Amino acid sequence: MKIIGIDSSGLVASVAIYSDGVIIAEYTTNFKKTHSQTLLPMLDEIKKMTDLDLESVDAIAIASGPGSYTGLRIGSATAKGIALVIDKPIVEVPTLEGLAYNFWGTGDLVCPLMDARRGQVYTGLYEFNPELGTVVDGSAIPLTDMVEKINEIGRPVIYLGDGVPVYKEVLKEKTKVPYLFAPAHRAYQSAASVATLGALYYSQNKYVNADDHAPTYLRKSQAENEGPKQFEV
Amino acid sequence: MMEKDILVLGIESSCDETAASVVKNGRVVLSNTIYSQIDLHTLYGGVVPEIASRKHIEKINRVIKKSLEEAGVSLNDIDAIAVTYGPGLVGALLVGVSAAKAVSFASGIPLVGVHHIEGHISANYIENPDLKPPFMCLVASGGHSHLVLVKDYGEYEIIARTRDDAAGEAFDKVARAIGLGYPGGPKIDKISREGNPDAIAFPRGKVEGSEYDFSFSGLKSAVLNYLNGCRMKGEEFSQADVAASFQKAVVEVLVEHSLKAAKDYGVKTFAIAGGVASNSHLREAFEAECAKRGFNFVHPSPIFCTDNAAMIGAAGYYEFIKGYRSTLDLNAVPNLQIGEKVGVFKENDGQFK
Repeated sequence: MKIIGIDSSGLVASVAIYSDGVIIAEYTTNFKKTHSQTLLPMLDEIKKMTDLDLESVDAIAIASGPGSYTGLRIGSATAKGIALVIDKPIVEVPTLEGLAYNFWGTGDLVCPLMDARRGQVYTGLYEFNPELGTVVDGSAIPLTDMVEKINEIGRPVIYLGDGVPVYKEVLKEKTKVPYLFAPAHRAYQSAASVATLGALYYSQNKYVNADDHAPTYLRKSQAENEGPKQFEV
Repeated sequence: MMEKDILVLGIESSCDETAASVVKNGRVVLSNTIYSQIDLHTLYGGVVPEIASRKHIEKINRVIKKSLEEAGVSLNDIDAIAVTYGPGLVGALLVGVSAAKAVSFASGIPLVGVHHIEGHISANYIENPDLKPPFMCLVASGGHSHLVLVKDYGEYEIIARTRDDAAGEAFDKVARAIGLGYPGGPKIDKISREGNPDAIAFPRGKVEGSEYDFSFSGLKSAVLNYLNGCRMKGEEFSQADVAASFQKAVVEVLVEHSLKAAKDYGVKTFAIAGGVASNSHLREAFEAECAKRGFNFVHPSPIFCTDNAAMIGAAGYYEFIKGYRSTLDLNAVPNLQIGEKVGVFKENDGQFK
């Protein structure tokens, strides 16, 4: 089974190729260039490096949200465009599950945190038993709500994601259980995790027609929240 | 000798229309698929960028597939993919650009980025098989009011621009003020048929020191002042008269500045393009004045005036046969200038990888 993994939900742009239980290539950047400039050239590079025939790919696994709205759409449009040509489905891997999968096998709780601005984080709570299990579903909530839940559950936790540097002091102060912050090589989105988890979901027939795929934002647009209104000239 | 036909797949997502089209040799439209979101944005009184982007990503594949289907071709028949990469809403542009790049990457079909306004201008090639540069073109839409000299295929010089509001923007604002709602252009166009265009003497905008440039904010303010005056005096105003008088002021300025420039630059053909070009009064005025002053007048049908991908396919064709290509790092450029190229190179100029 061959799966292309893509994650452009945050600051990281990441692409990977999973082939029969092996990540044969992964390319990740966390640099100032936009995903629009990096993502496809990176995929092109690993495709050439591994002599990948796109027709042999079974599905494209995409970090499907939450995350930066524009970042998610660059990834989704990229996945959809490729899928349109090779006529293969898309596996939607929730961004937070992909992040949690960086710590496959840990006995601790895993808590990915993505800065969602407006005083909120995109977060969920996960465990491994031995495969990924969801303790708290992903949502956009104030950080302290999640920390309170973790304290209630009372198990050690690993924090990761781009929300960690933003909220490190709050986490240190409020977390009442043993906690760890993820090291550099596991702290952010990884297309290898997305592709590996995507391969699992694909084998469980959890995939969608590429035409139907759109990101899961976990938030309405601001205009929809405010509702239709009268505009002044 | 029979030359091989060149089929271009055009993709457009710069504002609130998700569109794809297959165009043969830059002139013959084999399909013109448009998914319009206008009903959705009407609820909010204008285009909401985030909603537009969300709809684009939902629809993009189906729109592309439908355009291929309606043209009766498959991707294997397509020689080039042309995509709008600016100007426009950055989040909206990125959907089309990312999808077009991905299709190009996976299929090996060459890609070329196209300027949205150059697309609007090129819409004139579709229904006017004899149209060849040089000609002068007025591009007027919700976001643009430019007078452009088309010197050759793909070679543009801006002769005039608006100093404040775009023409279409003025239509939207005035329509809202007199209670017609969004989108303003078609509504003002329609109700004006019942109004007296000479009922109210609104000012014709002039720009100090530039005989061709446009200005519509003064006119807009004059309409608002007139409406306020009516309210203060407790008088009813006629929607149709205000609309007709406002529209006449806009049309007169557009026609006068445009045809003066056309005469001064010595072109024989005058074209219009963009959403406002579908305004029936504007078309009639240009038709009459061009006939009187000896210009050949061309304009696209309304369906090719508003945003569509056929115009991108037409513009893309001329870029493609000139050797222009884009690579997989093509980005959306929301403020792309007419005549500017960012990430669009000639294959032999050393920059193309």
